[in-house]
Amino acid sequence: MSHNKVVLSTHGLGKYFYDPVRFQALQDVSFEAYAGEFLTLVGKSGSGKSTLLYCLSTMDTAYEGELYIKGEKITGKKTDELAAIRNENIGFVFQFHYLLPEFSCLKNVMIPARKLGKYSYQEIEERAYQKLKILGLEDQALKPASKLSGGQQQRVAIARALINDPAIIMGDEPTGNLDSKNSAIVFDIFKEIAHDFGQTIIAVTHDNDFAKASDRTIELADGKVVSHSKVFS
Amino acid sequence: MKNSINFDIALTHIITRKKQTMVAALGVTIGVGIYLFMNSLSSGFTNYSRDEIFKSSAHIKIYKNDEISQPIAASDTNNINVIINPQITTLSKKIINPEALLAQVKSQPNVTNAIAQVNFDAFYNRGKAQLKGTGNGVNMIEYSAMFNTEKYMVAGNTKALQGNLNGIIIGSGIAEKLNLGLDDNITVTSSYGVVKVMKIVGIFTTGSSMNDLQKSYVNITTAQQFIKEGPSFVSTLFVNTPNADQSGKYVEQLQQLTPYTVEDWKTTNADVLSGDKTRNAMMSAISLSILIVAAFGIYNVLSSTIMQKINDIAILKATGFKGGDVVKIFVMEAIVMGIIGTVAGLLLGAGLIGIMSHVYMGGPVGYFPITFEPRLFMTSFVLGLLITISAGYFPARKAAKVDPVDIFRK
Repeated sequence: MSHNKVVLSTHGLGKYFYDPVRFQALQDVSFEAYAGEFLTLVGKSGSGKSTLLYCLSTMDTAYEGELYIKGEKITGKKTDELAAIRNENIGFVFQFHYLLPEFSCLKNVMIPARKLGKYSYQEIEERAYQKLKILGLEDQALKPASKLSGGQQQRVAIARALINDPAIIMGDEPTGNLDSKNSAIVFDIFKEIAHDFGQTIIAVTHDNDFAKASDRTIELADGKVVSHSKVFS
Repeated sequence: MKNSINFDIALTHIITRKKQTMVAALGVTIGVGIYLFMNSLSSGFTNYSRDEIFKSSAHIKIYKNDEISQPIAASDTNNINVIINPQITTLSKKIINPEALLAQVKSQPNVTNAIAQVNFDAFYNRGKAQLKGTGNGVNMIEYSAMFNTEKYMVAGNTKALQGNLNGIIIGSGIAEKLNLGLDDNITVTSSYGVVKVMKIVGIFTTGSSMNDLQKSYVNITTAQQFIKEGPSFVSTLFVNTPNADQSGKYVEQLQQLTPYTVEDWKTTNADVLSGDKTRNAMMSAISLSILIVAAFGIYNVLSSTIMQKINDIAILKATGFKGGDVVKIFVMEAIVMGIIGTVAGLLLGAGLIGIMSHVYMGGPVGYFPITFEPRLFMTSFVLGLLITISAGYFPARKAAKVDPVDIFRK
């Protein structure tokens, strides 16, 4: 596990909300995330950790400062270019699974890959099976996504995030809706992804155990980075 | 393959929301059906009234118009005013050298048929009873080929007139009023005082009382005798062209050949045509409004789909779907609804046309003059699709503008 290759970095990230009043949500946030690193963002409610994640995700473009992914400057790109960058480089896992309820698990997992269009349909199907297998869900593959339990749905969502082998997996409270058993499963999966496959995990969490066990934790308070290390150890 | 994921999603939405899809499609079905039906009604009736026109008038006629006398000197500005009294100076309605002109007209491209006719005012007598009308001196075989007179014969036939200088074909109204039948004799007097006793060789009925009560056909030579003119006298040339709608163009072409007035059927029947135009405009406006109302069904269903699927849209955009992809997905849904609705609408319209064509209107019209016109089926199909696509585009564009961050942060 080498921590020298920078996958994502920010320089002086700042963000304001204007509704209902002008409010600085992020202030001069600069950090780097490395390949194969399991990084967590923590902080109290309203500290700006989720806001930071959405700026990093390229979905929120209304920020100051600069964002780089794999050395490429992301700030200032057009929305369609950003969509293509997300498709190829970023996988998302949210608190809620956001699976398409009418599609089978397998088809849900396949969606980002079919959008990318790098492989044929058969290859994508094969790859989606492999991802579901890693997550222990190969026997659920053909069931509609809406028929699975919450923990299973979240694992399908992780498989979907992994399908394009993105450099970065971003999670917004990925275990927020899960019981402790399922949380532990998700945590182990993340750890495996980071350490065995060399992908970077950036996850927002308020689960102390979850953060404690990650490689590195960035703590935010009032939109500023207050600690840049393992805060709980 | 690359974009088929968009279609896959669109199709899944449609299949899992059958009821809404059907409601939206049904709106289009009714819209397209009524549009097709109303335009077929309108077009059928226009064709009928056009056929009525072509029963007695050709696409183009050439005749000598009345001339008005022109002053020898014009009023000038030096305080000299010329008082003039313009009058009709036409001495004869005769077309000079008609055979040459007829041959010349016939040799023109875009002329399918041309015939000569001699008109005269006629009085039909039997005993003391007298009817006023118009006699038409024609070559009956050529005339029948142009106006399809044979179709309207109720007794005798048009061929019987050929070479029979003493024969006459009269309208059914004349026959009825004068109580005459086939092979009876009728006394015909012209406005020039020529009296002839003629034998009825045919009776026609066109359904138009004006024609049936006034018109008669005799040989061209007989007509020339009625107006005391020689064999070179011809009052009108009738010309048919391949396309009646283009008659204006052919008029210009024929006008080059002759100083006489060349007039197309549109000028002669301007009143009927403007009536047709008004009716068509009304029908189009009403049917188009119905179609637009139907489009709102699609708009509504898609808008509600988008509201319900807003999470799906957010995750698709997060995983790399562009705004254009989202537009494609929902426009495709609109197209599928549109195709289902439009095809069903064409069937509905066809059914209504089928029923209407069996409705008896009475009088000379008979069964309602409505037919299956492929042209109208095509327009209805294209218009139906076009309107549903635009109805789908606006909600789709709204969906494309969904900001995923807003959804995920809720």
